[in-house]
Amino acid sequence: MTLDAVTSTRPRDGTVRLAAESVSLAYDDRVVVRDLDLQLADGSFTAIVGPNGCGKSTLLRALGRLLRPVSGQVLLDGRAIARTPTREVARVLGLLPQTPVAPEGLTVGDLVARGRHPHQSWLRQWSRDDEAAVAEALVWTDMADLADRPVDELSGGQRQRAWISMALAQGTDLLLLDEPTTYLDLSHQIDVLELVARLHAERGRTVVVVLHDLNLAARYAQRLVAMDGGALVASGSPHEVLTEQLLAEVFDLEARVVPDPVVGSPMVVPVRRIR
Amino acid sequence: MTAAAQRVRQPGETVVRVGPVSGRVRWRAVGVAAGAAVAAVLLAAVSMGRGDFPIGLADVLRTLAGLGDETQELVVWQLRAPRVVVGALVGVALGVAGALFQTFARNPLASPDVLGISQGASAGAVAAIVLGGPAGSGLVAGAGVPLAALVGALTTGLLLLLLAWRRGLDGYRLVLVGIALWAVASALVDWMLTRAAVQDAASAYVWITGSLNARTWSEAVPLLVALAVLLPAALACGRALGAVQFGDDTARGLGVRLVPIQASVVLVAVGLTAAAVAAAGPIAYVALVVPQVAVRLAGGPRPPLVASGLLGAVLVVGADLLTRTVLPQALPVGVLTAAVGAPYLLWLLVRGRRRSTL
Repeated sequence: MTLDAVTSTRPRDGTVRLAAESVSLAYDDRVVVRDLDLQLADGSFTAIVGPNGCGKSTLLRALGRLLRPVSGQVLLDGRAIARTPTREVARVLGLLPQTPVAPEGLTVGDLVARGRHPHQSWLRQWSRDDEAAVAEALVWTDMADLADRPVDELSGGQRQRAWISMALAQGTDLLLLDEPTTYLDLSHQIDVLELVARLHAERGRTVVVVLHDLNLAARYAQRLVAMDGGALVASGSPHEVLTEQLLAEVFDLEARVVPDPVVGSPMVVPVRRIR
Repeated sequence: MTAAAQRVRQPGETVVRVGPVSGRVRWRAVGVAAGAAVAAVLLAAVSMGRGDFPIGLADVLRTLAGLGDETQELVVWQLRAPRVVVGALVGVALGVAGALFQTFARNPLASPDVLGISQGASAGAVAAIVLGGPAGSGLVAGAGVPLAALVGALTTGLLLLLLAWRRGLDGYRLVLVGIALWAVASALVDWMLTRAAVQDAASAYVWITGSLNARTWSEAVPLLVALAVLLPAALACGRALGAVQFGDDTARGLGVRLVPIQASVVLVAVGLTAAAVAAAGPIAYVALVVPQVAVRLAGGPRPPLVASGLLGAVLVVGADLLTRTVLPQALPVGVLTAAVGAPYLLWLLVRGRRRSTL
């Protein structure tokens, strides 16, 4: 049984998989992101952070081809994503919107099976690869025992695992997640991020995640990208980005940055909001 | 691995793989569709036997197979079959149209009745009856009324699409715009009825209730042609509908070309409704109720297209049979489907959250 459908076999040589080239993004006339450049290397784990309304989710939507830039372009494997067929994009790049909605009555097994949509056609609706990928994704995310349960009956943490399982079954090299920990309590936030980190480490996924929690972002991501007012203000390792100066400038926050006692990543201890 | 694969397979499901073709057969859904098909055929056969010249079920079936005598041939093929066939096809069209709208809008209230398309057809038909000259002449006598209904339904459908469109289609916006269109078309119908001559108003009234009276092959054949085109189109949309149900961002993330799919689903559903309404008037609540019954019987996350169509045929043919036999006087079939449909709608609203089983 081949697991190619699930396991990424691409070597991690640091080539750029996804790039934004002087991208400007707008909703109608309201410009949200201006002239932004970003390169995401193969096998990287990047967290986009920034204050509310800084344009981080908008940028993620543009990277996932959900929003067409008003100027500039997004390149997927060197090719303009806007001119790549949706289906082809969906075989390489998977994305999880902020609060995805499952139709009533849909079971976990069916949800994960929908992840195979870009690999299927009218005639080929349930190939051996589809079945293997779905089974593997369910087992891997620890959702196999819940396969027959309706998604709307799951707890918040289980539901997010089910959606990640669907993204895993989609079998894409790249995975974009928009605030996957929203509405979850701390232990489930950790649970979801551990799962994403395993997808990165054990399955070779290139991960881009928008996160609110700076400490969790610093702990799990290899690279932080900080945004403010629609522009990229800092990019680098968590140690390089999460400085007291940046917290003051970007988040209007007076804070101490100390080493996380568990893993040593930078940890933000807020003092007060700067007005 | 096989153990895990076993867990993906759900009970009552068979995986079929022949060469490049593969799929999952869910026996419950197949059973519901097959049961509905059998019920529709039986009801149709019984219906063709009932009337002033009763014919037994066996004789009806023999006549349909071309083995009846001359009188039976005339009564079944020329007098009763067109009515029953129009009823069944209208049921199929409305059932599938309702399933398409409800799945696409992610809202069980999205049906051609609520979205104003049937009402738009009524406005067209009433205009032809009231403004088309003295009763029984001119436009009204020929194909005028169905044609006007078709134009009314398509115009409303097109308006719905144009007004609801804002960088794509949103289910809630579609329903709200549809309700507004419904109100406008209703006002038009009421206004025309108050100004109409008494006999015109009476015939308009029968039409807007939805009736299968005096239907001939000249109504059945165009309807059959429309369905021959639109049903395959509906089934072709079926696979993408599963992904569209998730919401725009998720659907596009799964590689669905959203705008063409949304546009084709709405156009096919409007076309099916228009064809049905032109043939038999706006038979109420079929498109609203049937897909919701079908999804409860068949299980799964969305109304099954085939089962919805076949159950639609069962409802319309069955309601027509009841109005002609059990009830004291022959009522238009739309009265009965509304009488069943409206309480069902209330039940749906009161119960709020549906379970995936009946």
